[in-house]
Amino acid sequence: MPEDAQTLLSLYQTIMTIRHFETLAGEMFAAGKIPGFIHLSIGQEASAVGVCSVLRPDDYITTTHRGHGHVIAKGGDLKKMLAELMGRKTGYCKGKGGSMHVADFSLGILGANGVVAGGFPIAVGAGLSIKLRKTDQVAVCFFGDGASNRGPFHEALNIASIWKLPVLFVCENNCYASTTRTSYACSVVDIASRAKGYNIPGMSVDGNDILAVRQAAGDAVARARRGEGPALLENKTYRRRGHFEGDPQKYRDHAEVAEWEQKKDPLFRLTALLKKKKILTDESENEIKGKVEIELKEAVKFAEESEFPKPEEALEDMFINP
Amino acid sequence: MADRVMSSSAALAEALHEEMLRDETIFIIGEDLIAHGGIFGQFKGLPEKFPGRVIDTPISETAIVGAGLGAALTGMRPLVDMHFADFVTCAMDEIVNQTAKIRYMFGGQVKVPLVIWAPDGAGLRAAAHHSQSLEGWFIHTPGIKVVVPSEPADVKGLTKAAIRDDDPVIFFQHKKLFAKEGPVHEGEHLVPLGKASVKRSGDQVTLLTYGSGFYMSMEASDELSKMGIEAEVIDIRTLKPLDFSTIAQSVKKTNRAIVVHEACLSGGFGAELAARISSELFDYLDAPVIRVAAKDVPMPFSPTLENFVLPKVEDVIKAVRQVTYR
Repeated sequence: MPEDAQTLLSLYQTIMTIRHFETLAGEMFAAGKIPGFIHLSIGQEASAVGVCSVLRPDDYITTTHRGHGHVIAKGGDLKKMLAELMGRKTGYCKGKGGSMHVADFSLGILGANGVVAGGFPIAVGAGLSIKLRKTDQVAVCFFGDGASNRGPFHEALNIASIWKLPVLFVCENNCYASTTRTSYACSVVDIASRAKGYNIPGMSVDGNDILAVRQAAGDAVARARRGEGPALLENKTYRRRGHFEGDPQKYRDHAEVAEWEQKKDPLFRLTALLKKKKILTDESENEIKGKVEIELKEAVKFAEESEFPKPEEALEDMFINP
Repeated sequence: MADRVMSSSAALAEALHEEMLRDETIFIIGEDLIAHGGIFGQFKGLPEKFPGRVIDTPISETAIVGAGLGAALTGMRPLVDMHFADFVTCAMDEIVNQTAKIRYMFGGQVKVPLVIWAPDGAGLRAAAHHSQSLEGWFIHTPGIKVVVPSEPADVKGLTKAAIRDDDPVIFFQHKKLFAKEGPVHEGEHLVPLGKASVKRSGDQVTLLTYGSGFYMSMEASDELSKMGIEAEVIDIRTLKPLDFSTIAQSVKKTNRAIVVHEACLSGGFGAELAARISSELFDYLDAPVIRVAAKDVPMPFSPTLENFVLPKVEDVIKAVRQVTYR
């Protein structure tokens, strides 16, 4: 589809926001400011932004342990996100969730998930609820190549197909499930080909080409809104960071990673495209970068100035009717 | 309104009927619901009365429980039928890691009005994969309420309360008790979650029980009465949240407590009760807390074997005589 300059710049800014957020989170983790462990989506931003850009605020998403980008692309608040990553009371989950459990139900973000494939059945439930409530919302289930090898993938795609649920299953095939290569662990080269088994459309696209992702996701979402059922979209991408920050990555060479750092990188590619189209200049690039940096600086200030929860708050938020 | 005598199964169907009329966001989802109104006929009449709101699924426990959860998070009030309680194992991630944790893990952002209805229990010669009592696992899972009714009136009242609750509830109803009859209130009848019921008064020993253990305890109490021992029987009904004050009040009076449950002994809910009573009511006790429970083996098939493994009325009597030194 032809994209206007304003849309392209907005996609560009969101990709850049995720890139900078993830880079910052990595630095803060290394500096000991973020406890636990975090999984970054650097190099995979086009999938999150391309898909979420075709969604409405009342649409739903489920995301994964590598979910910061999806939350930001769906409109998540950077301050609350960073505060949550830092275990602060002002975070999305009052410090009870952390990086792997960010959610914003007011934005239809039904949660990141610490369990690989944990989002499938929940997205199916959101799809069923949409159908029962007779609205034209859509639910998107983000998952990785590793999750496509788990049982919930099968149950969810089968049930979504027989009920024609408005669910888009988005596989981010980033070539690795933790330390294991997808080429070793998957019975197929294109995970989208598994859609055949469920009698639903399956599309594999270059997941680092945001316009390709946007086109494919846009078509699938429109189809789902029309009541024509689910689809499986595979965004082929690459996990540039380790599985988790601090992963020694003994399973791959740096040369392999380096290949994806420039010419295959989604931000690099979008920047080049926009400059070629003269939509972006060095000046406006710096201006957008500046805006993103200010937003992040404010998020850091907010999070760092926020208090940790009081220990006894660990006992709150259990039952509504205890 | 008047009470009528009806079965536990009919009480469940009546409760759901009334609730589904009241609130159109309630739906029932599970395997084999429409053809026979559920595998035990427990939802009789509902598929016809509420077309589209009783939903047959493929055999996909993971997707069924997850679908219930996803729908509960987005404005609906589902009741998920597990077919047999034993099959919770096929959806443990959805129950334990997702359903039970979502509200807390996300900082209280959301309510989870989901009921997981699971027919449990032994005695039907159904062997190891269709006979378990698994309530203990969920007591040990913070974030989910656990209900185990016995009498039909409680089945109705607790079903309605569970459906209306904004927290997730796992509801175990004993298969062998489906046909058991009892008086049930007509129309609105709610039994609040988290309230135990003293169903027989006595002053010499407290029998703490739920589900099938309740009937066993009542029968034993009648026999004990003939021996001059008056047992107080508490039907706990909701195991989590637990109404410990009703239990404590009784134990302070009788000074003796016995837990009766059909689940196997080790690590069961009886262990939790025994520990709590021993630590909080030690000064009131005249005897150790004894547990009457199934033996620690998978449920065997042959009637001679199953009968041997399950707790019996005589076991309850024996335990009472032991703590009353009679």
